[in-house]
Amino acid sequence: MSGVRLLVGTHKGGFILTSDGKRQRWEVSEPFFTGWEVYHVKGSPADPDRLYASQSRGWFGQLIQRSDDGGKTWAPAGNEFAYEGEPGTHLWYDGTPRPWKFMRAWHLEPSLTERDTVYAGVEDAALFKSTDGAQTWKELAALRQHETGPTWAPGAGGMCLHTILQDPTNPERIFIAISAAGVFRTDDSGKSWRPVNRGLHSSYIPNPTAEVGHCVHRLAMHPSRPDVLYMQKHWDVMRSDDAGESWREISGNLPTDFGFPIEVHAHEPETVYVVPITSDSDHIPPDGKLRVYRSRSGGDEWEPLTRGLPQRDCYVNVLRDAMAVDTLDSCGIYFGTTGGQVYVSADAGDSWQPIVENLPAVFSVEVQTLP
Amino acid sequence: MIRVLLPAPLRSLARVSGEVEVEVAGTATQRAVLDALEARYPMLRGTIRDHATQQRRAFIRFFALQQDLSNDPPDEPLPDAVARGTEAFCVVAAIAGG
Repeated sequence: MSGVRLLVGTHKGGFILTSDGKRQRWEVSEPFFTGWEVYHVKGSPADPDRLYASQSRGWFGQLIQRSDDGGKTWAPAGNEFAYEGEPGTHLWYDGTPRPWKFMRAWHLEPSLTERDTVYAGVEDAALFKSTDGAQTWKELAALRQHETGPTWAPGAGGMCLHTILQDPTNPERIFIAISAAGVFRTDDSGKSWRPVNRGLHSSYIPNPTAEVGHCVHRLAMHPSRPDVLYMQKHWDVMRSDDAGESWREISGNLPTDFGFPIEVHAHEPETVYVVPITSDSDHIPPDGKLRVYRSRSGGDEWEPLTRGLPQRDCYVNVLRDAMAVDTLDSCGIYFGTTGGQVYVSADAGDSWQPIVENLPAVFSVEVQTLP
Repeated sequence: MIRVLLPAPLRSLARVSGEVEVEVAGTATQRAVLDALEARYPMLRGTIRDHATQQRRAFIRFFALQQDLSNDPPDEPLPDAVARGTEAFCVVAAIAGG
């Protein structure tokens, strides 16, 4: 019988949660990399037992770990992320130039087809690639060296490259997103990049429709329609139907259009999920009610999903990498919270149950659908 | 042999318990000890000093014989007792937070 394996990164370690296809009973692993921040864990689509993890700690810096047995055992891989050439400067919060400095790897995106190839999105924003199973890393430097690079500035969480989407129909096309520069696309495997932010409007920057400078929180794509992209921006939920060439707002009737994660149903490319959060500074659910919102029309019209989720006294957040969908026939939706809960819906969001309720703050949730 | 005491998270990472020993050819200096340590335990690369600059990480300090050696030049000879292996070279993670 098929099953699922959740890869959960938290403030104090990683966890693996497993279940069969019913997704009712769960086993929770012992923590791994205990005490370390685990920003992200993700498995290779080409080999589900090949996992990559980003592990860091303020004292000791960045580590990358690799597993070849589905997370039973791990081994340290390469952790040298060296910017190509003279890194130069970007803008700091106060508008002054600041030298590019590697801080941590936020997101690891394994290749769709090659188990030893994996991309890393890092802070300060850059994209790295490994083709030897994360032993060595090389920067795809044309992105950071884009002519707008010196004008990029950090979002509140740091200047992070947090989203990497590979086009399954075109191996040379990759989308990335940076807080707070925006979305960039390459059509030549990273040799060149261009910003694709037309249609975004950010009232908090000097030029609200600038080519770059938008605080994009997350992108999502359905593999059957790689030209359709969904975006949760700092404010506004957006959609592009032309591979990022233009964007339009689809926030519709959301109670707030601020949030972090966004996901697409595995079998319904027009079904989208977000978690609205109050802001600018609160970052808590409106009215103390934890609600996932679902649109079945590709945006604009949203319905709250509340069954099984706390509807009073709830003040957790859901971070940008902390939502995932499985590919079982009845699509499973998962998200983790800063309060340490991980929730599952085995019926595409209609009802929810907690898998665990007392983990450290959850940074990321990925799911593997296993045969 | 030079004795090196690592903080607990790095002992766990290197899969060792207690002190480790490294051999240094020539004069025992901070740089030589750390080079030997990283050669024997490659997973420690980048965790004690920055890959690119080789600067000690801000929340790491070096002690021996109850002396803070953190800001000594990396090529300065370590105390004789460390070089002889009668005292350990201690890599200390700052107690920070609260």
